[in-house]
Amino acid sequence: MISCDEAAIICNKKQYKEATFIEKIKLVMHLFICKTCSRFSKKNAEFTSLCEKAPLHCLTENDKVIMKKDLQGKI
Amino acid sequence: METHQLHPENWVNQYADYLFNFAVSRVSNAEIAKDLVQETFFAGLKSAKNYKGTAAERTWLIAILKRKVIDHYRKINSNKGKAEVRMSYSSQNDTDGDWLEEQIADPLSILENDEIENEELGLAIQECISKLPKKQSLVFTMKTIQGMGTEDICKELGINPSNLWVIIHRARTALMDCLNQNWFSI
Repeated sequence: MISCDEAAIICNKKQYKEATFIEKIKLVMHLFICKTCSRFSKKNAEFTSLCEKAPLHCLTENDKVIMKKDLQGKI
Repeated sequence: METHQLHPENWVNQYADYLFNFAVSRVSNAEIAKDLVQETFFAGLKSAKNYKGTAAERTWLIAILKRKVIDHYRKINSNKGKAEVRMSYSSQNDTDGDWLEEQIADPLSILENDEIENEELGLAIQECISKLPKKQSLVFTMKTIQGMGTEDICKELGINPSNLWVIIHRARTALMDCLNQNWFSI
């Protein structure tokens, strides 16, 4: 049987579709007996769907470095 | 009243993504949005002495950015006539029927609200991300927003996969807590 820490990591992997088949089975078995983890798993999935729903954009690190340099020059 | 101070040296780290999101949702073009954010920072620096400290730094920067967005639209509409709003009520001019009623919004439709809510949600998430420790926000952004693969991130940051998943886990739990406080509870 896996620990809650391991279950949490697998659960996170699952959010990015990177959990293996074996891992998923381990997770399901753990969720069956652990209430806390099933609650976490549910919330985690909801959070994933929120992230997908929201239009998230970001600047690349490179852009930020350039921006910082430009800004630094004017301070 | 609490007074705030400006810290221009932290602007890019703290607000660049937040402002960028705001700008992208208004000009729908990443390049222009990037320029607008940059201009906002410059303008903020220029008028730093007018900052009274009554508003939070971010609120103040957003206010500048809003001006920049308006300026942007003014510029692209500067040719006379373009700025006028022209609307035809119907594609066929002589059609009978409820020409005005057909144009107004359906009060029962929630589709429009959805878009606004999602935009607010995006800003709320971005705000929470900016509160994370640097490494967590970096890894989370690369993984979730840029959608980079685990291997690529590990290579770029020089960490191993199990390390990455622990960082992701901490970031996600912190973000969920933060959203619980600042958005609807999930």
